[in-house]
Amino acid sequence: MSAGIRGRVVVALPEFTLDVDLDVGPGEVVAVLGPNGAGKSTLLRAVCGLTPLTLGSLSLGGTVVDDPAHGVHVPSSERGVGIVFQDYRLFPHLSVLDNVAFGPRSAGRSRSASRADAGAWIERLRLAALAGRRPHALSGGQSQRVALARALAADPTALLLDEPTAALDAGTRIDVRADLRAHLRQFAGPTLLVTHDPLDALVLADRIVVLEHGSVTQQGHALEIARRPATPYVAKLLGLNLIRGRAHDGDVAVEGGGTLHVTDRELSGEVLVALRPSAIALHTAQPEGSARNVWRGVVDGVQPLGDRVRVTVVGAPTVLVDVTTGAVADLHVAPGDHVWLSAKATEIEAYPG
Amino acid sequence: MTRRIRPVTAPPWVVAVPAGLALLFLGLPIVGLLVRAPWDRMWSVLTSDTSLQALRLSLVTATTATVIAFVIGVPLAWLLARGDFPGRGLARALVTVPLVLPPVVGGIALLLAFGRRGIVGQYLDSCCGVTLPFTTPGVVVAETFVAMPFLVITVEGALRGLDTRFEDAAATLGASRLGVFRRVTLPLILPSLAAGAVLTFARALGEFGATITFAGNLPGVTQTLPLAVYVGLEGDPSEAVALSLVLLAVSVIVLVALRDRWLRTGAAS
Repeated sequence: MSAGIRGRVVVALPEFTLDVDLDVGPGEVVAVLGPNGAGKSTLLRAVCGLTPLTLGSLSLGGTVVDDPAHGVHVPSSERGVGIVFQDYRLFPHLSVLDNVAFGPRSAGRSRSASRADAGAWIERLRLAALAGRRPHALSGGQSQRVALARALAADPTALLLDEPTAALDAGTRIDVRADLRAHLRQFAGPTLLVTHDPLDALVLADRIVVLEHGSVTQQGHALEIARRPATPYVAKLLGLNLIRGRAHDGDVAVEGGGTLHVTDRELSGEVLVALRPSAIALHTAQPEGSARNVWRGVVDGVQPLGDRVRVTVVGAPTVLVDVTTGAVADLHVAPGDHVWLSAKATEIEAYPG
Repeated sequence: MTRRIRPVTAPPWVVAVPAGLALLFLGLPIVGLLVRAPWDRMWSVLTSDTSLQALRLSLVTATTATVIAFVIGVPLAWLLARGDFPGRGLARALVTVPLVLPPVVGGIALLLAFGRRGIVGQYLDSCCGVTLPFTTPGVVVAETFVAMPFLVITVEGALRGLDTRFEDAAATLGASRLGVFRRVTLPLILPSLAAGAVLTFARALGEFGATITFAGNLPGVTQTLPLAVYVGLEGDPSEAVALSLVLLAVSVIVLVALRDRWLRTGAAS
């Protein structure tokens, strides 16, 4: 037995059976990615003890917390699992400070000690200015940070996040995601997050588990999954190149070589660049045209995806390119071929990461 | 500014006339009380020994009944709302019985249960020397019996309507079941607890039938305000009217306290 979230979670649901093998190590962030109704929330409820397992067994930090065959079911209040709910669930009758102090207080600490604890977390998550507010007076992003502070203040052995950005508007989503990534990196225990948003999974997680209809259809690192999507859902969902780099005056120096030009000249420092595979054009000769980003690469793999073909091109940067089946036939691309790639700056989205 | 949309036509007389009559019918008795009240002697009547005694007894018994209803009624409400046990429907029906039962019948039922020869009362009497009928505790028993359902039903409704999401969240933060109840559930249903307590208190304060049947009408011991009003009517009617005004004042206070809950529901929906 070792630390982390480990085991097999089986929960019989009216429509299907959720059956997932989990193995999340300490300090690791695993995203369970799946469409609505795939059983993601049930998985979280099972891990934190709100829904009992039908079969299987689960251990948290080396302790078996669920084993229906042996009659073991440790209730949520004794599991020490911190959870950030999609709707945050901040207690409406308590201030931000007392919401965060709820965990320490439940652990039997005095009111003043709990508040001191909470105060430290509030500082750390830059919430000091909001400490006296009630939850209804917070924005979505603020609520989420309070919910995270509340979960972390309870000193959890594992952290769970339910659709961390689903309740936010598109504008704040990017900032919150970057912020969340920084905080999750600091958490020493295992983190399991469920989401239907591929960006959440790509930005926040070390590893992705794709859940469809209660079963795992694919798992691994984001790039592996995107290169060889096992199902149409995965192909559509992870059809995204996410490239890390440093921005300066509209140029992004890509980690591992290469430069991409973006439209946002204000960006600086660590950034993530998102580029859809269908927004990249593949050429056999150096292209002439207006595209500002042109680079060379070698074809590494060709994977048919229905009406399109996903081509992996190793270069600076390495990307996935989606081309139509007809185009592949015209271009005669095969692994080992040298090709040119081009992408318009307007097709590239960059944001702080 | 919002503008109310008024119907263009006035209500037809078949509606307006009976509706007006109904309002008149409800309002006239109140007007009668106010007009015939012995305003000049009010202070002396209210501060007479009998009145003060009845007033004090009523306040003490109604408050005690409310506290008892709270202590045993809130757990019952929780059980009815959240518990999963056989006979829950029957238990819920039982709670509503005192609401529809004529209070006199309630008094007789209490006598048969807790009277000196009642099915429980005989043992209370023989083993512990406790006698409830015709005592002040008897008044509390009668008032609790009649008034507690108001608290149970109000709180049960609130608990049913309460989202369990907050309670789940509290459990994941390490709160025990009791901790969840005390620190999350109770504060969230606080408005309903207050409303239920006010209703219970008002009902207990006005209790007449069960009290006079079970506890009798002994001045200073079991003669509460409503009983004093009834007795006063035979001797000094103006005293009865003065005491009635006190009860009317309490009713008005209750209405004001609960105005957000009832009087505005029509406007809000």
